[in-house]
Amino acid sequence: MSTTATAAAPATISFTDSYRLALDEALATDPTVLLLGEDIADEEGGGVFKVTKGLSTKYGKHRVRTTPIAEEAIVGAAVGAALAGMRPVAEIMLMNFVTVAMDQIVNHAAKLRFMSGGQTHVPITIRTRTGAGGGTGGQHSDMLEAWFAHVAGMKVVIPSSPADAVGLMLSCIFDDDPCLFIEDSMTRAQTGPMPPPNHRLPLGKANIVRSGTDVSVISYGRPIRDSLAIAERLAGEGISVEIVDLRTISPLDTETVLKSVAKTRRAVVVHEAPRSFGVGAEVAARIQEHLYGDLAAPVLRIASRDVPVPFAKVLEQEFLYKPSAIEGAIRQTLNAKGRRG
Amino acid sequence: MTSPTEPLAPQVLLAIYRKALLIQLVDERMRSLLSSGRMAAVYYSPRGQEILAAAMAVHLQPTDYLVTTYRGVHDQLAKGIPLRLLFAEYYGKAAGACKGKGGPMHITYPAGGIMVTTGVVGAGMPIANGLALASQLRGDGRVTLCNFGDGASNIGAFHESLNMASLWQLPVIFLCQNNGYGECTKYEKATSVAHVAERAASYDMRGVTVDGNDPQAMWHAAREAVEYARAGNGPTLLEAKTFRFMGHYFGDPGAYIPKEEYAAALARDPMPPCRAAVLRTQAATEAQLAQIQQEIVADIDDAFKFATESSPPELSEIDRDIYAEGVSA
Repeated sequence: MSTTATAAAPATISFTDSYRLALDEALATDPTVLLLGEDIADEEGGGVFKVTKGLSTKYGKHRVRTTPIAEEAIVGAAVGAALAGMRPVAEIMLMNFVTVAMDQIVNHAAKLRFMSGGQTHVPITIRTRTGAGGGTGGQHSDMLEAWFAHVAGMKVVIPSSPADAVGLMLSCIFDDDPCLFIEDSMTRAQTGPMPPPNHRLPLGKANIVRSGTDVSVISYGRPIRDSLAIAERLAGEGISVEIVDLRTISPLDTETVLKSVAKTRRAVVVHEAPRSFGVGAEVAARIQEHLYGDLAAPVLRIASRDVPVPFAKVLEQEFLYKPSAIEGAIRQTLNAKGRRG
Repeated sequence: MTSPTEPLAPQVLLAIYRKALLIQLVDERMRSLLSSGRMAAVYYSPRGQEILAAAMAVHLQPTDYLVTTYRGVHDQLAKGIPLRLLFAEYYGKAAGACKGKGGPMHITYPAGGIMVTTGVVGAGMPIANGLALASQLRGDGRVTLCNFGDGASNIGAFHESLNMASLWQLPVIFLCQNNGYGECTKYEKATSVAHVAERAASYDMRGVTVDGNDPQAMWHAAREAVEYARAGNGPTLLEAKTFRFMGHYFGDPGAYIPKEEYAAALARDPMPPCRAAVLRTQAATEAQLAQIQQEIVADIDDAFKFATESSPPELSEIDRDIYAEGVSA
C-alpha cells in the first residue's frame, strides 16, 4: 500500500484548540463535568478567547453555563457543586481577576479537605489566562502562580505545549483536588503536535523535554520554548543543556529537579513571573538544600522585573525576562569558579 | 412580616422546643467549660437564636444541605450533628467531626448534610449556590440552607450570590439571622436598609422578614421558603430578627450594647415563652419536659466524657487530607 499520496504533515493543534479538545473530551466522558464562566456559551460567543466555542451547543447551556461577571460567585458555585460531587471547571477570563475570588480559593477550595478531616473535597479546575507582551498593562498580564503554590491544598499547573495542555487539563478536571490551570495569553495561536487520544499526564510530575549533561534549565510555560531554541543553538558549541519542564508548580516534583541537577551540577531557573519571592526562589532553595556541596556554580534565576507590567512596548519588553539572559545565565554557570567536575 | 395566624400543632411546637432546648443546654455547657478553664476553644455563642434555628430545621431532611458560619453550633445541632463528634472536635480530638483538624469554626458532617462551616463572613453564600446548582442539575429535590448574620449582608459575596441564585432560580434558602450586631457594630451603623430582606427586591427575589424568636411565625416562614425552593420556584432571602445575648465572641464584655437595649432583649428571651407554649398547649407536661432535659443532659455528659477521654490526632495527621493522595508537597 502506497503512503506517498496520503502522507500528510503530522497533525498539529493550537493551544486554544487543545484547551477546547480537553474540555470537549471531559464533557463527553463524565456527566458531572460542568463549565462555568463569563461569556462561555455560544450565545455569548463561546468565550472571549473562543476556547469554549461550540461546547454549549453540543452539551447544553446548563452544562456550559454563562455566568454574571462575578468571580467570587463563579468560583464559589464551583466549590459548592464540587462538594456535592460535580467536577466543575470555572473559567476566570484573566489571572488578575482570580484575585477577586481569592477567599473562595485560598480559604475554601484549598482547605476544605483538610479542615473537614477528609470528609469533603473540592475537585474543581479553575482555568485562567495571563502573560505579558500583548500591551494589556498592569491588571491583565500578571503571572501569580507563586501565590497559589504557597497555599497548601492547591495544585498549580502550567502547560508548555498544546499536547501537554490536553493531558494536563484532563488530569486537572478528573483530579480530586482543586487545580489552577494557567494558559498563556501570548502563545495561544502557536501550534504543536497533536496529542494521542485519551491523553493524560500525571500532575506533580516534571518532564525532561531535552536531555543534557552540562547545565539544567528548570522552567515551565512560555519560557520552555525559548529555552529549547537556546539549547539547540548551544549544542552547536558543544554545550549540552538539559531542560526540565515542571508542568506542575505545586506539588513540585523535587525529585526530578534534583536528579537533573545532581547530574549537571549547574542550574538556571527561568520563569515569566517577577523574580522576587517567586517559584525560582523555591526551586533554587530546594536545590541548594540538597545539593550544595555538589554544585559547580550558584543556582541562577532568570525572571521578569519586580515592577508592575507596563503598557509602553519598550517598557513591557524591559519588564519581561529575556531569552538572551537565559543564554547568558547558562554560560555564566559554565564559567563559574566553583568546584570543577 | 408574614402574619401566620395558624397556631402550631402541639407536636410541632414540641419538636421545635426539643431542638431549641438541646441548643440551649449545649451552649450552657460550652460556656461553663470555657469559663471554668476545662475547655480551650474559640466560641461564638448562639444564646438567644435557638428558636429560629430549630423552627427552620424541622422542615429539613438529613439529605438537605447546610452551610453555616462560625456562630453556627445552633444550626449544626438543629441539623443533627452527633454530640460526640461536636464535643470531640471542640476538644481537638481524633474522634471529632473533623478529626480535630477543623475546630469549632469548621464543623462538617456530610452524613447529616452539614457541608461547610466557614469562618469568613459571607463566604458561605457563593458555595451554597453551588450545592443548590448541583441539586438543580440532578433534580435530586434537595434544598440548601445557607445561614449568615446581618453583618454578612454588607459584603460583596452576599450581593453576587443573591443575583446568581435569583438568575438561576436555585433551590436555596438564605437565612439571615439578624441579631442586631455585626461583630461589635450596631446594625443601623453598618447597614443602609431597615430590614436585610428588603435587599431581595434588588435581585427580584422573594424577601421575607420574620420574628425569629417567635416559633409560630418562624415555622411558617421557614416552611414557605423551604417548600418554595423544593418546588423549584427559586430562592428566598429570609431575615429572622433575633438577639445575641452573649456578645460576639466568648468573653466579649459587650460594652457597646446599651443597657436598656440589652434588658429589653433579655425580656424577650425566646426560650421561656416557647416552654410556656409547650405546656399551655399540652404538647408536654412539666414532668415530660424534665425527662427530655434529663436525656439531653445525659447525652451532653456522655459527649463531654467521650471528648475528654479520647485521643488527640496522631502527628502524622498533619500531612493527611492536604491532597487526595495524602501527601504534602
